[in-house]
Amino acid sequence: MRRLLLILVILALVSAGAFFALTMPDRVAPEELADLTGDADAGGAVFWAGGCASCHAGEDAEGEDRLILSGGQRLASEFGTFVAPNISPDPEHGIGDWTLAEFVTAMQNGISPEGRHYYPAFPYTAYRMATRQDMADLFAFLSTLPASVTPSEPHQVSFPVTITRGIGLWNLLHLRDDYVVDGDLTEHEARGRYLSEALAHCAECHTPRDATGGLDRTRWMAGAPNPTGRGTIPALTPDELTWSVEEIAAYLNDGFAPDFDTAGGQMAEVVENLSNLTSEDRLAIAAYLKALPPVGE
Amino acid sequence: MKFRSILAASAVIVATGFGTATIAQDLPMPVQARQGQFKMMGLNIGVLVAMARGEADYDADRAQAAADNLVTLSSIDQSFHWPEGSDNMTLVGTRALPEIWDNLPDMLDKWGAFGAAADGLAAAAGEGLDPMRAALGPVGNSCSACHDDYRASD
Repeated sequence: MRRLLLILVILALVSAGAFFALTMPDRVAPEELADLTGDADAGGAVFWAGGCASCHAGEDAEGEDRLILSGGQRLASEFGTFVAPNISPDPEHGIGDWTLAEFVTAMQNGISPEGRHYYPAFPYTAYRMATRQDMADLFAFLSTLPASVTPSEPHQVSFPVTITRGIGLWNLLHLRDDYVVDGDLTEHEARGRYLSEALAHCAECHTPRDATGGLDRTRWMAGAPNPTGRGTIPALTPDELTWSVEEIAAYLNDGFAPDFDTAGGQMAEVVENLSNLTSEDRLAIAAYLKALPPVGE
Repeated sequence: MKFRSILAASAVIVATGFGTATIAQDLPMPVQARQGQFKMMGLNIGVLVAMARGEADYDADRAQAAADNLVTLSSIDQSFHWPEGSDNMTLVGTRALPEIWDNLPDMLDKWGAFGAAADGLAAAAGEGLDPMRAALGPVGNSCSACHDDYRASD
């Protein structure tokens, strides 16, 4: 009996140790970034491609106000409602006192300066594929924006989702270092893949999720239920999205579909972001979408 | 002779069958009417979008005509287009969300906002490509504002 108890205690300790080790926050060391200099102008393009304002600008912000990253937008999911935090340069409520290493750790490993895991509602799984130079440029750009003293609001999640350490396990499954679409891509398509998979994180809405809430990479961009509970988000694979490359690129700029219907919902904001890119980049995104493997059912 | 009449008869059957399948599955008249209204909006906006994108040359008369059509369309009283029970939970072939009937005054305000944007467009459309382009954005936004709340995404 005592022996069984002992074995159980050892097993428990081993699993606790394994959990602790496996979920250990992974930080980027400042030395890794020593020779990077951020260029704020170049960072502007990363900012718009990355769609930061869609979540971090205040709710209903328009025009210049979309550069005040006070947070507050709510993202509904089956795990609870996540509230985007203040990422303005305010040192107390925003990220004004962060180092570049802390910023890159947040963006690419999903770990806060305090060593806590972020919820993957923040698409660090996509940003992980971004270049370190783009991250440094983005950091430089963010520091030029207006500070906001609006405090970040807590997420509306309940146990066990509140145990953020568990996200370390989730990351073992879903935090990957490779692109989903591989094979022979032209330079133009590869640029589109970088913009779509690493920055614009299109798949976060357009790809269905598995039971653990991770993106199902076998049904990439195959369309998904709308997390708000109403309707579905359309598929972008070439068998489903039959618009021409030019039509897709034009839509990403002005929001008018080929039948002159207009983008609605969150896509209207995505279009607002992407309209700041070069037309070459919008064409690259369209070319990437045309290179997606068809998923038709 | 007999063969020809059989052929003719089958042609008629095929044609009727095909006909029924293509007409918007017997949607109630108000639904067909509002869908037609949105198609006419799309057609006229399309003329302007093509110019704004540089796919068509800017033509002041055509731009003015399209903008004036949008103003005319915006003046259509909506009283008969939105009867209860014509939402997408009740009917197949519409994307109108049930929320419309919980907030009908708000939906009609948004229709009014489209009218205001169309007025702005009509004032600018004949004045040159840049003024037309600038006034087109608010029209698109007024469409999206209503689609966001009251139209299903598929």
